[in-house]
Amino acid sequence: MYSEKVMDHFSNPRNVGEIADANAVGTVGNAKCGDIMKIYMKIENDIITDVKFKTFGCGAAVATSSMATELVKGKTVDEALQLTNKAVVEALEGLPPAKLHCSVLAEEAIKAAIQDYYDKSGIEKKIECSGDCAHCHAHHE
Amino acid sequence: MIYLDNAATTKMKDSVIEAMLPYFSETFGNASSTYTSAGQAARKALTEARGKVASAIGAEEKEIFFTSGGSEADNWAIKGVALKNKDKGNHIITTTVEHHAVLHTCEFLEKQGFKVTYVPVDEFGMVNPKDIENAITDETILVSVMFANNEIGTINPIKEIGAICREKGVCFHTDAVQAAGAVPIDVKEMNIDLLSLSAHKFHGPKGVGALYIRRGVKLENLLHGGAQELGRRATTENVAGIVGMAQALAEAVDGMAEKTKKLVKLRDRIIDGILETVPYTRLNGHRTERLPNNTSFCFRYIEGESLLLSLDMMGYVVSSGSACTSGSLDPSHVLLGIGLPHEIAHGSLRASLSEFTTEEEIDSFINAVGPIVQRLRDMSPLYEGVEGKE
Repeated sequence: MYSEKVMDHFSNPRNVGEIADANAVGTVGNAKCGDIMKIYMKIENDIITDVKFKTFGCGAAVATSSMATELVKGKTVDEALQLTNKAVVEALEGLPPAKLHCSVLAEEAIKAAIQDYYDKSGIEKKIECSGDCAHCHAHHE
Repeated sequence: MIYLDNAATTKMKDSVIEAMLPYFSETFGNASSTYTSAGQAARKALTEARGKVASAIGAEEKEIFFTSGGSEADNWAIKGVALKNKDKGNHIITTTVEHHAVLHTCEFLEKQGFKVTYVPVDEFGMVNPKDIENAITDETILVSVMFANNEIGTINPIKEIGAICREKGVCFHTDAVQAAGAVPIDVKEMNIDLLSLSAHKFHGPKGVGALYIRRGVKLENLLHGGAQELGRRATTENVAGIVGMAQALAEAVDGMAEKTKKLVKLRDRIIDGILETVPYTRLNGHRTERLPNNTSFCFRYIEGESLLLSLDMMGYVVSSGSACTSGSLDPSHVLLGIGLPHEIAHGSLRASLSEFTTEEEIDSFINAVGPIVQRLRDMSPLYEGVEGKE
């Protein structure tokens, strides 16, 4: 049911782990629904110099986290904000329809991390979310 | 490949295939045709098969009606009784942990105006007969309780529930799809009115099952048309499939006690092995009152589909009650039914054995699970800070 690319990113996920001195951390999803993504970023001079993730979830959740981190690594914050769930799906050569929400979650996780960076750096910007709360479950404070 | 998903389906036995083969070729005649030359042999085979299935569950030959599988048998039993008795009452009792063939049929009937009580189960997935008794009203026309659970393997006190229903004059159906061929069944002694069977769960072919209908139990037909199955189910008989089912069931019940002993030993080897080697893990279902071939676990902090995929890549075929396998956000209704919170229910895994399973396979599986679970936990944000706490 999964593409080879998805299986590759599931079995050999890129960028798994934590960043001790991360200055951007975002968590979306909840355990009740079966997926949580936590993204750590090190942002220097507006560039995402390092990014790691931890994910609780299905194969697609792991693969989309892995791919999303690959797609934003080395990018500027503004470039990373342009990442769409569709781009993640395309890079993974497709996802089963029932798993598309995982790609939405990955996009939201990247945005949540960047929002955290804005908040911590005193940048007064609010990233608009997709509004698809059923998929995202981000904790709005 | 190490196949540990026998609760989903089983490998057909060579002897079963051999028994079926003539009915695809030389004995291809229509069992319901009047000509003797080609049809008679098929007719004879059907009668023999009916007799074999009947004797495997303590029924009479004329009480066995072949279907296309377990789901059809469940649908027929429940809809058939409901429609036949709608003037007598509109209340049906079942449990929260039934197979979807029962649950979705009941939900369909609710839309048609029937009232359904879903009796809860205990933490092991077992139904308390008292709860069934208390749920019965003057309006109750059917009680349907599964013999053994397909996900967690817990065996219900069917005989006691049957006795209550018999005393109250309420029809009693049991979905014995997982139990048949695995544990002894005697429909007379257990006070069962209707019982569903599926051949492919006991090394028979897919696409064939049966409904036992106790003599005198009235239910409407589901399939209308020809007068096959004593006028109760239209459709040209699947002779080869039926012969295969009978052969497989007869073999399953032959020497069952010995086979059960071996299976229980292997089953407990998995249960003990997993619980000893993998921390933060629970066994789902009853420790002893469970099918000889079923094991079911929840591994905390990880999600079942990831585990299943990882095992699959290493050649271990198992299943998960995980939401992600079914495409819904909710985990298994059975695991929620035994009171597990969502986050734990998401991390489920079922490994189910057959008489072909070996000790070497079991040991290989046990050794594989721990490292995979650890790898997924190391990736899980829920596991952060957990290690070393206990």
